[in-house]
Amino acid sequence: MTTRSTAPPRYPQVWTFRPPRTRLALWVGWLLLAVLFLICWRLMNANTLWWFVADAPSQAIDIGQRMLPPRLAYLPELLVPLWDTLNMATLGTLGGVLLAVPVAFLAARNTTPSMRLVRPAALLVIVASRSINSLIWALLLVAIIGPGLLAGILAIALRSVGFVGKLLYEAIEESDPRPVEAIAATGAARAQVVHYGIVPQVLPAFWGISAFRWDINIRESTILGLVGAGGIGMKLQASIDTLAWSQVATLLLVILATVVVSEWLAARIRRALI
Amino acid sequence: MLEITQLCKTYATGDTALREVTFRVPRGQMVGLIGPSGAGKSTLIRCINRLVEPSAGRVRLGDTELTRLHGRGLRQARRRIGMIFQEYALVERLTVMENVLSGRLGYVSFWRSFTRRFPGRDIENAYRLLDRVGLLDHADKRADALSGGQRQRVGIARALAQEPELLLVDEPTASLDPRTSRQIMRLLREVCAERDLPAIVNIHDVPLARRFVDRLVGLRAGRQVFDNAPDALDEAALTAIYGTEEWHTLHADADGVEDAPARPARARPVEVAS
Amino acid sequence: MSAPTAYPSRWRRPPTLIRDPRWRWALRVGALGYLVLALGALELDAARIAEGLERGAHFLRGFLQPDFTSRWRDIQQGLIESLTMTLTATVAGILLSVPIGIGAARNLVARPIYLACRAIVALSRALQEIIIAIFLVAMFGFGPFAGFMTLTFASIGFLAKLLADAIEEIDASQSEAIRATGASWWQLIHYAVQPQVMPRLIGLSLYRLDINFRESAVIGIVGAGGIGATLNTAIERYEYDSAGAILLIIIVIVLLVEYSSSHVRKYLQ
Repeated sequence: MTTRSTAPPRYPQVWTFRPPRTRLALWVGWLLLAVLFLICWRLMNANTLWWFVADAPSQAIDIGQRMLPPRLAYLPELLVPLWDTLNMATLGTLGGVLLAVPVAFLAARNTTPSMRLVRPAALLVIVASRSINSLIWALLLVAIIGPGLLAGILAIALRSVGFVGKLLYEAIEESDPRPVEAIAATGAARAQVVHYGIVPQVLPAFWGISAFRWDINIRESTILGLVGAGGIGMKLQASIDTLAWSQVATLLLVILATVVVSEWLAARIRRALI
Repeated sequence: MLEITQLCKTYATGDTALREVTFRVPRGQMVGLIGPSGAGKSTLIRCINRLVEPSAGRVRLGDTELTRLHGRGLRQARRRIGMIFQEYALVERLTVMENVLSGRLGYVSFWRSFTRRFPGRDIENAYRLLDRVGLLDHADKRADALSGGQRQRVGIARALAQEPELLLVDEPTASLDPRTSRQIMRLLREVCAERDLPAIVNIHDVPLARRFVDRLVGLRAGRQVFDNAPDALDEAALTAIYGTEEWHTLHADADGVEDAPARPARARPVEVAS
Repeated sequence: MSAPTAYPSRWRRPPTLIRDPRWRWALRVGALGYLVLALGALELDAARIAEGLERGAHFLRGFLQPDFTSRWRDIQQGLIESLTMTLTATVAGILLSVPIGIGAARNLVARPIYLACRAIVALSRALQEIIIAIFLVAMFGFGPFAGFMTLTFASIGFLAKLLADAIEEIDASQSEAIRATGASWWQLIHYAVQPQVMPRLIGLSLYRLDINFRESAVIGIVGAGGIGATLNTAIERYEYDSAGAILLIIIVIVLLVEYSSSHVRKYLQ
């Protein structure tokens, strides 16, 4: 190569981030999403009364005016339902956690007695519990055992099993295998290996998950009364049915306060334990 | 007396880790197992207490054929074999005392271990061992509050709490600084001598191994390529184990530190003034 | 006294959490007292429970022999409403969350905008979907449009909050480097922020899609359309076999959505 190129090297003046094919695919993808959105929109609003929707702002103003000022004289009536709500959340969490612990140990790869039978069954329990919202559980349980606190507690517990079970079994699977191996090497039995090798490792996660779920359950238990499962939600349902919006406003304030306090408390408990 | 006969291990992935390894360890002898990473050192000691299932061959400890055991028999054999791990493998969130007592798990019922009610003799012995390894004042601390060297001492105390007839030691110094490494090796030597215990020590630090063990076994790609006194480990042997390298530069350890039990300290080479 | 048996033969695990034994006991007694009180407040009626068990068995039979056919038209209608409002609400939620999320990131905008956007987020997060639905049904009338509005509003609280948190956590040196080139605010968003938070935004959006479907099955109970309304009707009519069918469909769809969205998320990362 003795001949020197006379012209300076030419570089392209066009640069694109993605090759044309990918860009095309992306555009088609976005277009499909937009079309899908429009189809869904049409389907969804087939029966929508648009004049009613257009009237929404005035409805909102109307409701707002009826809500203000909140009827604070209603507060004393709410103390017992509030206590019931707290109990529902707490006892439900307790029950859910008690059920979730064995399920989690049966579902975790490193502790399950059988990968073929027990693990899928435990995972099925977790999935079924998680897919069904606590309000639906409450709906079912109210129909089965009648309205009242028990239905609410069971609904909260049944929903919590899946949540706590899933997070706990993931924590178990993530635990450090080395201490577990060391405990097994001492000649400990299976149950002892789990109790000494794994339990101390997942204990902080366990408390954290439980406190987290308790916080969520406080929120959920405030509305379970809408379907008759007791607590402050029943008052909400009654006030809405009678269009007593100023009472609804009071209820909302109470619910908000409860939620804020429980969130603060749960955060403190988690910080103290971890 | 530990007798290993034609031990083979092929993993499910098809990797062969051990090929017909055969040697015996008489009482009171400390055998260093050396070899490059992946030579099968870790597999070999785990095949002895069956944390890894050997594919073929026999392992005898005293009168017991370890490779034939299952379930309860295996657990009873494991409690006769103390194991010490590379990264200590303590249960970090338990106290030092609980970690030492976990060496007794194979001897107590689940219920006793669950409620932490170990027999008085075990607790007394655990205190004695903690005193022996110099950690008597740390019994109530959590294991994760200790330094690396201290944790390894707890690991040693846990293994000794089993009142073992054999010690398996997996890279005891890999996570420790040079001074602590020597202290740990010295401690291991002393406790083996006190109890007339045979021990197999996986170690990749050749100078350290030479200084502290009675005998060296060299593995390369799962094959036993050396078995002799540490003094016999010459350049030819090192090349056979590890491959070609400028081995004559390895004697960097010959600077006569403290009290080397196995070899007399050599004179320090005259330093050139800088 | 240097006998070899000078070591104690008793050991108790030192308390880790609460050092003061008085506090420990107070806590134990308190917890026990609470349990007694709370369980005491439960009015358990044995006859009622016996009746409930019978009905529970009835329901379980319905669940095990689900009836998809006799209410299929209602189920189909509910499903279409649920699925369409899930998708539209998620899309609308994302479109609204992006500006609000950027506005709620402290490191990008002026203080008043930040506070305003955070207030929207806080409001949306504080209220349960079901309570929002009650209001929106009162405003927009029964049907899936109110459900769509509910899910959109709830999605904003979720997506904008997490997006804002992600933006606040981005690597400051990268945005500094872009700023140093003399880029405008929009260019900063496009070149420094977007590449860093895009994977997270996509992941969160898919996760929200999943949540929105679950919620769409619930808000029907207060009249916001969807499969929840169908389920409510089926249970009120004691048609447990149809209810079982609806629950099975919900579980299967939730599984499908969850499985596919976790796959997509893995593929994107």
